[in-house]
Amino acid sequence: MSTLDFSTTIGNTWFPAPTFTASGCASSGRELAQFFPLREMGGVVTKSVMSKARNGRPTPRMAETPSGMLNSIGLQGPGIDAFIAKDIPYLVEQKARIIVSIAGETVEEYATLARKLRSVAGISALEVNISCPNVENRGLVFACDPEASRRVIDGVRRTIGGDLPIIAKLSPDVTDLVSIARGVVDAGADGLALINTVLGMVINVDTMRPHLGGKTGGLSGPAIRPIAVRAVYQVHAALPKVPILGMGGVATGKDALEMILAGASGVSIGTASFGNPTAIMKIQSELKQLLIDRGFTSLKQAIGYAHRLETEEVDA
Amino acid sequence: MQINKNAQQLLAPIVSNKKVGQYQQIIINIGDLASVCKPGNFVAINVGGSSSSMVLRRAFAISRVSISSTFGGTMELIVAPHGQGSKWLCAQGEGVTLDIVAPLGTAFGIPTEAVSVLLVGGGYGSAPLFGLAEVLNARGCRVDMLLGASTASKIYAPMEGKRAVNSMRIYTEDGSMGQAGRVTDPIPEIIKDLNVAVVYSCGPMPMLSAITKITDAHSVVHQCAVEEAMACGIGVCMTCVLPVENEDGTVSMLRSCIDGPVMDGSKVLWSQVGKQL
Repeated sequence: MSTLDFSTTIGNTWFPAPTFTASGCASSGRELAQFFPLREMGGVVTKSVMSKARNGRPTPRMAETPSGMLNSIGLQGPGIDAFIAKDIPYLVEQKARIIVSIAGETVEEYATLARKLRSVAGISALEVNISCPNVENRGLVFACDPEASRRVIDGVRRTIGGDLPIIAKLSPDVTDLVSIARGVVDAGADGLALINTVLGMVINVDTMRPHLGGKTGGLSGPAIRPIAVRAVYQVHAALPKVPILGMGGVATGKDALEMILAGASGVSIGTASFGNPTAIMKIQSELKQLLIDRGFTSLKQAIGYAHRLETEEVDA
Repeated sequence: MQINKNAQQLLAPIVSNKKVGQYQQIIINIGDLASVCKPGNFVAINVGGSSSSMVLRRAFAISRVSISSTFGGTMELIVAPHGQGSKWLCAQGEGVTLDIVAPLGTAFGIPTEAVSVLLVGGGYGSAPLFGLAEVLNARGCRVDMLLGASTASKIYAPMEGKRAVNSMRIYTEDGSMGQAGRVTDPIPEIIKDLNVAVVYSCGPMPMLSAITKITDAHSVVHQCAVEEAMACGIGVCMTCVLPVENEDGTVSMLRSCIDGPVMDGSKVLWSQVGKQL
């Protein structure tokens, strides 16, 4: 029997496993708790919450596509106050580790959200979602603009103080992802979440109009995995010390390992949980076995292993 | 509140799969899970096999469950082979094991007293009403049923389904079966004549909306099973939402997978479905 240290760290926070939900794909965890204990995964990344309650976009909100799906939810949610009052206590009671994801329409809204969360106990890290594609004004996708990205992260960093790790969630729909990543790290992000969904569209050939109520939507699932692996690999190459939460179509342990080898310190599972409520548990056990089979004694040895020089091999 | 209470994921073998008119009747062995499935609940099934490009589960209404001496607990589904996923499911033979999650969603509420009830089904939406009729019948309710569709081949009305109902009338828009007209046409008269206390319905959204207008006008309870496109079936994806009025008059986008599929028709803002709130 081999032993494996499966733990990972993001910023100054330790997680016993590198497996997380992806924000927007597990609500606030309650729905999945019937299928497995939430504390058994690395952590729950909650659905991005805004200042006020929000209804989101009209239906239809989804379209299945080959090896993926488009969603157009539009950040429906209870608002930060109800979230803090109801969802955080539930997750704390479940002994789940919590990464709270926040989304705002302005730099100030992000700072306000950070201020409300600053004194809340039980949170392991903050994900700052600056890349939700399902907003009315594409100009509001902060992560498409290096300067706007920096300003959001800077505002959150100043508000939250020095302790809680900040993870900036970035969009792959940019020309130079590395420069945006570098900008948010300089502004105070401790980690990066890569990638958000890829902007896409489906046209219904019977009605001959866009299928989704919101017209465009975010593409997720295995269809975007190579884009995510590329994004993680490129950013890890440029910023090897910055922990990355890798996501985008991870559905098996092998997919998770690919993300880790590309440079991710952890993986988030999103669309796979829609198809299989126990996907995270399955991926976790498969990933463990794959690491052991390859002679790794810790997950950390495998992070970014695809970047090694030809002469380097694992000390097994 | 525990969400998805009673739901389990399991590998369940197909016991039989046969064509019934335009639909496929699929019976799955689900063992003890049959005891917690109620009329109105649905099942989410993995489709396409392990190498499939279909990443999402498909949701199907559980049309009835039974405990048989040969197979133990089973669930019956009536499936219309419309899309890629349902076509795959309909093509799976006896003995094939399915990855299912059930029971999901809300169930039809059963009256505490033996009142008169009317069941209205549109197309294969009638399937879960037969299991419901048996439960209502056992409660001592007078159960009358209306089935409607555009044409005869789309009516789902198994012979044995008539056992639990006092009357069954069929309406087709083209007049190819039963009476010509819409299934909603006779509802006001039936409500009055039989002193109906609850209307139960399952079918397309315009039908549910039309029934709500009638039940609201007659102050009759309307429990309807809605059908909205779902990605997950367990409440995490937020795609299957409908605008529903809250107690305080505000409107929320509720998930038809966990706050439905059975909803109070009078609370659903049918005219706002698909619109920006």
